Amino acid sequence: MSDTNKEGLFSKSNIKLITNPLNDDNPISVQVLGICSALAVTVQMKNAFVMALSVTAVVAIGNVIISLLRNYIPSRIRIIVQLVVAAALVILVDQILKAYSYDISKQLSVFVGLIITNCILMGRFEAFALGNKPWPSFLDGLGNGFGYGLILMVVAFVRELLGSGKIWGFEILGDPLKKTGVYASGYVNNGFIILAPMALILVGIVIWVQRSINRKLIEK
Amino acid sequence: MQFLRNTVDKLKKPFLKGGKLERYEKGFQAIETFLFVPNHTTKHGAHVRDGIDLKRTMMVVVIALIPALLFGMYNVGYQHFSQIEGSDLSLMHLFGYGFWKVLPMIIVSYAVGLGIEFAFAMWRGHDVNEGYLVSGLLIPMIMPIDIPLWMLAISVIFAVVIGKEVFGGTGMNIFNPALLARAFAFFSYPIYMSGDKVWVSDALTTDGMSGATVLGSLAQNITPSYTTMDMFLGFIPGSIGETSKLAILIGAVILIATGIASWRIMLSGIVGAVVTILAFNAVGLNELMKFSVIDHLLVGGFLFAIVFMATDPVSAAQTNRGKWIYGFLVGFFTITIRIFNPAYPEGAMLAILLMNAVAPTIDYYVVNGNIMKRKKRMKTNSLKTA
Repeated sequence: MSDTNKEGLFSKSNIKLITNPLNDDNPISVQVLGICSALAVTVQMKNAFVMALSVTAVVAIGNVIISLLRNYIPSRIRIIVQLVVAAALVILVDQILKAYSYDISKQLSVFVGLIITNCILMGRFEAFALGNKPWPSFLDGLGNGFGYGLILMVVAFVRELLGSGKIWGFEILGDPLKKTGVYASGYVNNGFIILAPMALILVGIVIWVQRSINRKLIEK
Repeated sequence: MQFLRNTVDKLKKPFLKGGKLERYEKGFQAIETFLFVPNHTTKHGAHVRDGIDLKRTMMVVVIALIPALLFGMYNVGYQHFSQIEGSDLSLMHLFGYGFWKVLPMIIVSYAVGLGIEFAFAMWRGHDVNEGYLVSGLLIPMIMPIDIPLWMLAISVIFAVVIGKEVFGGTGMNIFNPALLARAFAFFSYPIYMSGDKVWVSDALTTDGMSGATVLGSLAQNITPSYTTMDMFLGFIPGSIGETSKLAILIGAVILIATGIASWRIMLSGIVGAVVTILAFNAVGLNELMKFSVIDHLLVGGFLFAIVFMATDPVSAAQTNRGKWIYGFLVGFFTITIRIFNPAYPEGAMLAILLMNAVAPTIDYYVVNGNIMKRKKRMKTNSLKTA
């Protein structure tokens, strides 16, 4: 075991750790992990963004910690160790949110706490961080967080636009109560798209579109 | 006739393999088979084939829907003008009003739905699905009269793309597309789909006009003022096609006589509903529970749904015993939803969608049960001989 074949920090294989989860190995649309939170927090783009940021932070830092500990964790209790690391980080994130953006923290409510049970976390700890060095693990965490965030933002964009006529909180379609803008012509917000089943269908459509473009993802 | 055939053949040339318009072949084929029964025969092995193909099956259902549709048009006019004092109540006037109200809905439904069907057929290279011939007529008939056309169009898009095409087109869908369109509209635009203003034409925009459905007023513990005869003939507010039980029964007779829809589902559905109503009548806590069996069957969309939508051969149970169970549970859930959830005055839509989801499971257990029975018989027989 020699460490002589050192790679650059941003070598090709390392960059791939970030870019792969965006498309070919996306945690939501390809691995179908973390669906629960994707349904719950995508009603508004702002909330989805904060959620994506939180998950990215937890996965990336958690990956580094697990990777540093990987040689000392007895494999029989590794799940517990992973949970402890995840829980500690999630509590940190939750407290930071409460301190600096209380409103969003209130809207996200339990879902920040539920990051602990997000499958992406355990998936990356188990599948990657336990067998890789800290730096690649960090990049892998970032990449998966971004991949998760990407889908979240796409779904949240559609849901916020069609469900409440806003983008990032701005009423770009006009005021639905005063009937200005598009609403003057009789347009009405879609109430179904705010409900969770429609988010699931939207994730399904994202998967469909992605596979129509990226044909190698289609299972035989 | 020969002239028409020759013309079609001539027009067909560029669509055949190697022709200029090859990629649009499926679209052309759909129109061709609409005019002529296709003359291709089975290639491998022996199959028993009926002379009647899917397109013509669908046409029978459309014919069975026509009485309910015509009465629906008349009732649209009747509900509207009977609330305006001193208006002309002659048959043709009322029917004409309703006709011009309903026709755009039918056109939008067919144009959007068939447009998507054709596009998908050519994109994916499968045949154009005839299933939409029926769904396209059903969808306007189960909507309130004043639903804006763009909402109708979006509901149709949702039903055809998400309800049917993602599963692989006609014959593959889990849920009844027409009901899916209605469910989508119902959850998306509740103001336009429920309440006491949407069932009478123009009531949303006119003060003083309204018309709660019988079930709607019952859900608020108000006894409706319609007679049982009104309900049977259909002079009550409701979705366009659902009000006249007489017209629906005519349709049911056509469907059963031609053997196209399953009488088992219809019968067991009604039995299920009756049993459930009797049970609730015995409890009798509120207006809905006290409502008599006959009246319960004659109001709302239950009869329409059990005749035309629960019997959808694709999404219903396939085995005979499964059909009995499926129909019974549709009836049971319809009444249960009616009585326990005042937010959804009519439960037929949700009951059928629920049972659509369960139908394959029912079939699975029916088939497995049969296999087990035969295995057991085989065992006892072999024991006897041994």
